[in-house]
This record gives sequence, C-alpha cells and structure tokens, in this order.
Amino acid sequence: MKENSPDESPETKKSDSSTKPPSQLSRRTFLGNIATVGIATTAAPLLQVGELDAQQVHQPATDVAEAPATSAGTVPVTLKINGQTKNLQIEPRVTLLDALRENLALFGTKKGCDHGQCGACTVHVNGRRVNSCLTFAIMHQGDEITTVEGLAINGQLHPVQAAFLEHDAFQCGYCTSGQIMSAVALLKEPCGKDDDAIRECMSGNICRCGAYTNIVAAVRSVRSGA
Amino acid sequence: MHEFQYTKAGDVGQAVTSVSPNGAKFVAGGTTLIDLMKLEVERPKLLVDINGLPLDRIEPDGGGLKIGALVRNSDLAHDEQVQRLYPVLSQALLSGASPQLRNMATTGGNLLQRTRCYYFRDVNYACNKRNPGSGCSAMEGYNRIHAVLGTSSHCIATHPSDMAVAMMALGATIFVTGPKGDRSIPITKFYLLPGTTPDRENVLAAGEIITHVTLPPPAQNAKSHYLKRRDRASYEFALASAAVIVELDGRKIRKAQVAMGGVGTIPWRSPEAEHELTGAEASERNFRRAAEAALRGAKAHKDNGFKIELAKRTLVRALQTVTQA
Repeated sequence: MKENSPDESPETKKSDSSTKPPSQLSRRTFLGNIATVGIATTAAPLLQVGELDAQQVHQPATDVAEAPATSAGTVPVTLKINGQTKNLQIEPRVTLLDALRENLALFGTKKGCDHGQCGACTVHVNGRRVNSCLTFAIMHQGDEITTVEGLAINGQLHPVQAAFLEHDAFQCGYCTSGQIMSAVALLKEPCGKDDDAIRECMSGNICRCGAYTNIVAAVRSVRSGA
Repeated sequence: MHEFQYTKAGDVGQAVTSVSPNGAKFVAGGTTLIDLMKLEVERPKLLVDINGLPLDRIEPDGGGLKIGALVRNSDLAHDEQVQRLYPVLSQALLSGASPQLRNMATTGGNLLQRTRCYYFRDVNYACNKRNPGSGCSAMEGYNRIHAVLGTSSHCIATHPSDMAVAMMALGATIFVTGPKGDRSIPITKFYLLPGTTPDRENVLAAGEIITHVTLPPPAQNAKSHYLKRRDRASYEFALASAAVIVELDGRKIRKAQVAMGGVGTIPWRSPEAEHELTGAEASERNFRRAAEAALRGAKAHKDNGFKIELAKRTLVRALQTVTQA
C-alpha cells in the first residue's frame, strides 16, 4: 500500500522521479515544496503554522511538537494523543485533523472532503468518534484523543483492524482508517444487531471504491466474536 | 480560512460578555460554523468556545424535559426519557447527519443550523442571506433542494434541521440569556420567515445564548413519529420530512401536532393540517386532506415542484404509521 498510497497524486510521482530518487524525496517533502511556491494553495495555509519541513517530518513526533513558533498568531496548545502529551505552537484555526497530520506527523488520519461529509478523518475524542476536520485542535486541550495509530497495543492489531485484513474490507485504503475508527467506536454504541444496523451506524464513512460488503462483513465478524 | 482569536468561556455570564465585540461568535460542536468558516461564508474575528459551560444535562422538568444547550445530538437521541416520552425527537435526531456529527453537534447549535443552499455556501454567488441586497442565485438557479413553503422573492433556502422539526411539533420552548437578561421563546415564535430580510433567521438578539430547551409533558396516550425522505438511505438532508404527534380516542383523532422539514424556509408547523385532523377519523382520506391543507400555500420553482407531492405523501405515511393499532 505504501508504494501506491492513494493520496499520492500522479504529479507527485512524476516529479519525484524527475528530480531526486524516490528514496530521497518523499511525497510530503514534495508537497511542502510546492506549497512554498504557492501551487498548492489549499495546503499553503496549513504549512504556515507549526511549520514542518521535510526533516522534521521524519523525526519522532515529540521533536516536531516542540518546533518553535513561526507565526505571530500562534498559541501554545497541549494535546493528549494516543496516551502521549504533545506540546504544539499553532494558530487557533488549525483543525484537529491538520494538527495531527501537519504538526504531529500522524498521517493515518486522512483528509477526504474536509467538510464532515466523508468520515475519512474520524478519530476518537474521549472515546467518542468525531470528524477531526470540523473541530479546532485548540478546543481539545485536556481531551483524550485516539487516532488509528493508537489502536494497536504492542504491535498487536485491534480486532477491528485484524478483521478488516481478514475480510479484505478495502480497495484503495484511503477511507480505511476512518472506517476502522468508526467501527471501533460502534462496538460501544447503541447499534442494532443486523447488517442494516451496521450500515446505518457506519453511514458516516463513505467508501468511493464501494467496499461496503466486506466492510459490513468485517464489522459483523468482530461484533459476533467470530 | 481567516484568522481569528480564541477564548474559552468558564461560565455563561463570561460567555455573554466575551461574545459582545463585533465579529465574535460562539462555538460549540462546530459542525456548521467551522464548515462555513472553511468556505469563508463565516469570518468570525473571535471564537468563544462554550463547550466548558455546564449546559450538558437532560433533566425531568415538571412532567416534561429540560435539555441543556450543549447536550450532544447522540446523547439526546439515545436518552431513555427521550426515547420513551418523545420518540419523534429521538427518531428525528437519528435520521440526521452521521454518528460522528451527532457526537459533536449540540442541541443549541442544531436549532441555529444554517441552510444547505448551494448558493449560500458559495461566496461567488449572490445570496441575500449571506450578503443582504445582493440577490438570490437560487431563484433562477438549480433549486431542487429548495423550499416550497414560507418562501419570498428574496430567499427560498430550506432550514436543514431534523431535530428542530420534531421540536416544532412538540411545542418546545427555547430559553436564552444575554446582555439584557433571561427570556424564553416558544419555538413557534423563534424562527423568522425570510421576507425581505433572509439574513435574520431567528429572534435571538446580539449576544444572546441559548441555555436550554424545554419540552412540555407528553399527553398520556399520544403517539409520535418522524419520517424522512431523502436522496439516499442515510447521511443526507431531507427532501421532505414529517413529525407527527397524535392522540387517538378509538379511531378518532383527539389532537394532532404536525410539523414538516425539507420543504420550508423554517421548520414548518402546520396548523392547517392539525385543524383538518382534529376530531376527524384516522383514515387515509382524512390524512390526505390534512396533507393537501398543509401544502396549500406551496410555491414551486423550476426544479423543486416534486417536493409538494412528496411532502404530502410523507405526511400521509407518517400519519398512517402513528395511528396504526
């Protein structure tokens, strides 16, 4: 999946090969570069705050979190993510999703629509699933945030993750972390027993590939303990 | 997204004081506001985060229910008292948005949810609601999702909430506090028709905050139901919906409360339908008569004429369901 990561655009791959060997230039370095010359206009505002350069991205998250403020509008924000305390210096307008991806290098949480319509950005806040694109990081100081990176314990996959593999519950994989976070939350929510109930309870996660049949099978198998 | 300053309010009084500067806004669940900030439809200079206020409880209230403004949609929908006393409200909530959004969205915020009109959400188009006096792009544009009731020549945008439709049928009361003190507003007086000022959507004054909503005690043998019709099975706004509460005496309707969603510029209570139903036999013919009355003033535009018949059938079906033995 890494080689064909769905959020890796064809342009990215082409530029990678035409400038540096792929091993030396990551997708994220490339995105950072185009942001600085103003091509990726949507990415640019995100990269102005808690600024990450390519080297920081590849360092452990704790170092990234301690990066100095680079914008006058930034404020200190402390988040607890997957059990770890992270100190950030970011603008209030940084969404929880962007803080995770752009400031903490937790790329498991995906940006799909960025408007609460697709569910790719689903994370847990205090054990409840939410769309991380529709909330600001600064609103979550003191909250317990769990991302897909926090599900496995000591390398042991969460049963929902294992079930998604077992049932081949994805094609391109872009929606998968959001699907998994929703499915994990669903296990503790009031949700009917049959497949229709699973579909309804998973309706906040859109899969463009249409892997729904296998997603429902994966969720069903975990709920039944199979 | 434009820059803004952020502050977190510690109590209601502080929240009201903090929101007084021009361009300040409350943020709770954020599911509407942050979406619209990304689209630059909303450009607050200061966000006052009210999530820390003690307004997140559901409490019995003299046979009725008192619902804090910060009660999340999912908690309200799954509350035992709501499910037992006001199934129409639980059903309406669960028909709206997604589990993730319902975990975020609040009772107060949902009442103030903004329209999904494409032209309101796109700053490149004229919109009297967003930019008073600029015109209405929906009028001659693609208006399939737009309103047929309560429209004006200035705006045909629908109110998108399901929860508010149920609360409209239930006759909720909205409690607010602000710079001039506390007041309560019956939900039937809360929303403003667009008229010539579609930018004014409700009677809230500057700086006022919704603290809680009360629901009157349900009648002993009342039954209620919410039916929503939309373009896909879930996670979609209503094309037409009906919230109905009916008290039956045998097969005779003693009292009916009817509200409709997806068709009105505000959550649409229908005294006309209620009048037709009161004292009538619970029959399809009478339900149809009520539906005709409810939509009598409907005005279609280019693409949304289908909603008039859809709304009638939705109401008939909801009434059939709720009056089933």
